[in-house]
Parts: sequence; C-alpha cells; structure tokens
Amino acid sequence: MEIIVNGENKNIDSGTSVEGYLKTLDINLETVVLECDGGILKRDEYPVRILKEGSVLEVIRFIGGG
Amino acid sequence: MIRVNEKPVVFRKGTKLKDLVAAIKPGADVFILNGYPVSQETLVLDNDECWLLKRGDVPDASEMEHLLYSRHTPGVQEKIKGSTVGIMGLGGLGSVVAVALARVGVGTLLLADYDVVEPSNLNRQQYFIAQVGLKKTQAMQANLAQVNPYVRVETFDGELSEENIPLVFGDVDVLVECFDQAEMKAKALRTALLHLPGKGYVGASGMAGFGENNLITTKKIFPNVFVVGDHKAEAKPGQGLMAPRVGIAANHQANQVLRILLE
Repeated sequence: MEIIVNGENKNIDSGTSVEGYLKTLDINLETVVLECDGGILKRDEYPVRILKEGSVLEVIRFIGGG
Repeated sequence: MIRVNEKPVVFRKGTKLKDLVAAIKPGADVFILNGYPVSQETLVLDNDECWLLKRGDVPDASEMEHLLYSRHTPGVQEKIKGSTVGIMGLGGLGSVVAVALARVGVGTLLLADYDVVEPSNLNRQQYFIAQVGLKKTQAMQANLAQVNPYVRVETFDGELSEENIPLVFGDVDVLVECFDQAEMKAKALRTALLHLPGKGYVGASGMAGFGENNLITTKKIFPNVFVVGDHKAEAKPGQGLMAPRVGIAANHQANQVLRILLE
C-alpha cells in the first residue's frame, strides 16, 4: 500500500507500524519528531500506531551540535 | 513635537539637530535620528526621535537604560520589554542567543542549564576564562548583568525533561531550543508541540564545522514553530563546533525570536 512520507509516495506492507517503517530507513527513533495524519505522535505511540493506506507521515529529524 | 534624549521638545520648522545642542546636550558630537547616525545639519521633523550624545561620555544611571536602545529601530524595545523568552541550554547556541536578546532588551530571560563552564566551551560560548568551573546559569546571569542590567534574568539550574519543560516554561512567550544532543532537541520539540501548543518555538539542527554560511536557514515547520540550521552538519569526531558557524545559527534563532515577539 502507499503512504506519503515528507511529501513523497512510498510503498509499504500493510500492517506496518510507524516504528517498524522508520527502522527500515535506519533512523534513530530518539532523534525525530513525528506527525501522522495531522497529529503529533507521543513517543510511546511509535510501536503501536499502524500506518494506513494514504497515511501522511512527516518526519522531522534532528542532528547533534549546539 | 519631537523627542530629544527622551524628553519631549517643541521645535520650529527649519530646526537642525545642531540647533538643539546648546539647550539639551552641550558639547554633543554624535547625532542619532530615529535609530540612525546622521550629520548635525539634518533637519528635524514632527515625531522624530533624536539623541544627542557626547563621544566618551559616561551617562548617569537614569540615562543609561534609554541610551542602550538609542540605535534601535524606534519602538522595538517598548514592544519587547514586556516579553519573556525561555532558553533551553546555555552552550554555543544558548549563550549567544541570551546575549543578543539581552542587548536588544527583552524584558525577562529564563535561562536553563545543568552544566558548568569548561575550558572546551570557550571556543564558541560567551563565557570567560575566570568563569571556568562556575555554573553556566550563574556565569551567564553575571555576564548579562554587565551587558544590560535592565533585563530580568531568571534561572533554572537542572536537567530538562519531557515532564518539567511544560512546568518550567509554561509562561514564556517564546521558547528557544539550544541543546547540543539530537535526542534532547527532538524531545523538547515533541514536548512543546504536545504540551505547549501555540507557543513560539525556535529550535536548531546542523551548524558544525566551517561549511558554507548560506546553507544555514530558518524553516517554519508549524505555525509559530521554526528550526534553524543546515540540517546536515552534525557535531561528530572530525567535525567540531566553532564560534563563527554556531554563532550564525544562534543569531538566526535570536532574530526569529524577535520577529515572533514583534509580530
């Protein structure tokens, strides 16, 4: 099925959680802020939030330094 | 009516700045009109704000606060004097943001950090050799008192978390994220979006090394929420943090704070 991640169409398996999808991208889950279908996700929602056909995911990534 | 050195003055048409010197500031040799230095031959117009200064003069305490803002765009300081800005982290970003916002006259700064000043900080952070070993909150409070004693400075000396950020910064107008670690940057933004909705927020990501100046940008990611940086240059072995580029990012943040406050 298709979802939209940061404005780009992506194909994923149905039943994939937000956390499961981000792990396939090799993203450190502790360094991102996620918005899914218009709402900011709490940290404990990452493993249980299941992506749906057409879900819109925004991934805001942070890198260290300051 | 014009204002000269903060006092209302009635003037005649055709009056030049030099005509005001004898009555208001004998010996004045610096002339500032509406925040901009001009020649003494400049004509004044209704509602002008004029400063007549004498180079090298040390003003008395009652004049000092007004004089600190004589080069401001007129009206700016009056608008931000009632504002409170929270700064999370007083390192390379936070110490520079704090100094810039104190200079510009933000009414109250709430500074948070758990750490002490170390020698390795001085390549980019606004502290002095003699302050090594002091708490950063305490050292920065002392430095800001030297820069602008009319700014109220409050401190939170401790580690910030998802639990305490909403409590510590619930009342600020704008929150500035100046952490070093990516995990804390993410945690702080998530906390602000979930628990402090609508609050002005300016974060930062990517300013290590000495890469191009102009890759550092200010992006609006939600209404009233901004992230500054190049989003690429991570602090890591082989790529350190240095005053010039961290300073570019920090001053992007400080200017964005000002823009939010003046909106």
